[in-house]
Amino acid sequence: MSTAETRTRRLVYNEPTLLDTLAAWLLALLWILPLAYAVWTAFHPSEYSTRFELLAPLTLSNFSRAWEAAPFARYFLNTAALVVMILAVQLVLATLAAYAFARYEFRGRNIAFALVLVQLMVMPDILVVENYKTMARLGLVDTLLAIGLPYFASAFAIFLLRQTFLGVPKELDEAARVEGAGPLQILWRVYMPLARPVYTAFALVSVSYHWNNFLWPLIVTNSVNARPLTVGLQVFSSVDQGVDWSIITAATLMTSAPLLIAFLLFQRQFVQSFMRAGIK
Amino acid sequence: MKQRSVHAWLMLLPAMLLLVAFTHWPAVSTFIDSFHSTPRGARPSVWVGLENYQVMTQDPVFWKAVRNNLIFAAATIPASIGLALAMALWVNERMAGRAFLRMAYFTPTVLPMIAVANIWLFFYTPQYGLLERFTGMLGLPAHNWLGSPSTALGAVTAVAIWKEAGFFMIFYLAALQSLNPSLREAAAIEGASRGYFFRRVLWPLLMPTTLFVLINACINAFRMVDHLFVLTRGGPDNASILLLYHLYEVGFSFWDTAYASAITVVLVLVLAAIALFQFFVLDRRVHYK
Repeated sequence: MSTAETRTRRLVYNEPTLLDTLAAWLLALLWILPLAYAVWTAFHPSEYSTRFELLAPLTLSNFSRAWEAAPFARYFLNTAALVVMILAVQLVLATLAAYAFARYEFRGRNIAFALVLVQLMVMPDILVVENYKTMARLGLVDTLLAIGLPYFASAFAIFLLRQTFLGVPKELDEAARVEGAGPLQILWRVYMPLARPVYTAFALVSVSYHWNNFLWPLIVTNSVNARPLTVGLQVFSSVDQGVDWSIITAATLMTSAPLLIAFLLFQRQFVQSFMRAGIK
Repeated sequence: MKQRSVHAWLMLLPAMLLLVAFTHWPAVSTFIDSFHSTPRGARPSVWVGLENYQVMTQDPVFWKAVRNNLIFAAATIPASIGLALAMALWVNERMAGRAFLRMAYFTPTVLPMIAVANIWLFFYTPQYGLLERFTGMLGLPAHNWLGSPSTALGAVTAVAIWKEAGFFMIFYLAALQSLNPSLREAAAIEGASRGYFFRRVLWPLLMPTTLFVLINACINAFRMVDHLFVLTRGGPDNASILLLYHLYEVGFSFWDTAYASAITVVLVLVLAAIALFQFFVLDRRVHYK
């Protein structure tokens, strides 16, 4: 085979064909279509919601009407508080547990770790009946704490951080100990800074999971006081008393906006974080 | 040494307590409750043996949910994995508008399922929805996609695939980017066709990723029900009901918590089976790096 032939072959080999490009674009357009349609409807007066004219007037009134029609401000506040609370507790608990698993020899370690891993399969999302009973017994129904409690100890976070901590060179650990640092100081000064990318990755995954979580919050809340955005949106859009589509779509986009904007701004970090979180 | 052991347990304790309280204990007590009756008013719960499971075997809605869930799984798992792989292969190439493509594929993943369902509800709406207008343009008869038993399950399945594929794409993309570029050069020099290169080189190397994604897709097939609340509520006539949604209805609409516990046990067993399959079959065969 001559070199010229190889070169052309390799060029052809490396470049996706026109057909590939076409198919990829077609799929992407199909994928973005429902969203684009929602954006169109939300930003135009309702008479244009199913009429596509290039010069249709733009408006923000759908958003302001949706905002006034339901206590979305409260829902936003609830969701924000919920997401921050869950993440903060998850990080503290998982850091301590992961450190114990990674750097301590103790009796029952393997059994304890196996027990942690159980949660990766039997997740709180399924055990709603029993967890509801527990919350009722504790008198916590319809509180933000009740939504968060089953998720505070995250097996996923413990697993992820343990893997990371295991990769930290023991010499660093020993050097810090020689200088007289206690175990928690070592954790704080040596391990946590080295695991920063993993913390970011887990934080993004956790925040988007709990921002979007629906079933458990639906079950355990019954008033505006604790209802997060997802449940609020469902309550708002299922009251079909002639609420028109433009307003529902506006409300829908509004509730997804913070995550969507964050995603568009930090696309690279998002994608990398999800990658990192998925790789064992 | 003893002291270090105490330290370790102290650090473990808060997480362990919460795990026991909200994962292990509920799993065990669900099992126990499934052999008892539902307490109603002054009547406390009593041991009824297998009665809840007998009710289950005679509950047509339960069987409908099982059947639907299996169809849902059989459709979403291969479709979302296949699409994810195609997306990743495309986005990994130097293709025109690659950044846009990646964004378009991944965006559904960051949206709440409830919001997604609202958007799709509008998309599927009879007469006004985009889908109807499109099929209308092609001269096809009007059809209520969510309202007719023959298409409701298909319609909610499509939404799930749309939501999931971009998520799985990420893992394939990560795997593809970690592959050694010389593999490809070698294949080009050898004159291997694209199909051959994919079959004999890429696909085997991507196997660990495929299995990881497969497990996640299996779990999701039994966990994803949020969209049903908006799109169909399991209807019409339970045509699109899934197991977890049935569990919700039994437990929190009819408040038959004992029977709901029995359904939970079935779901836990399904998930445990997936876990055991992963542990004993897959992890033995696949050698992670």
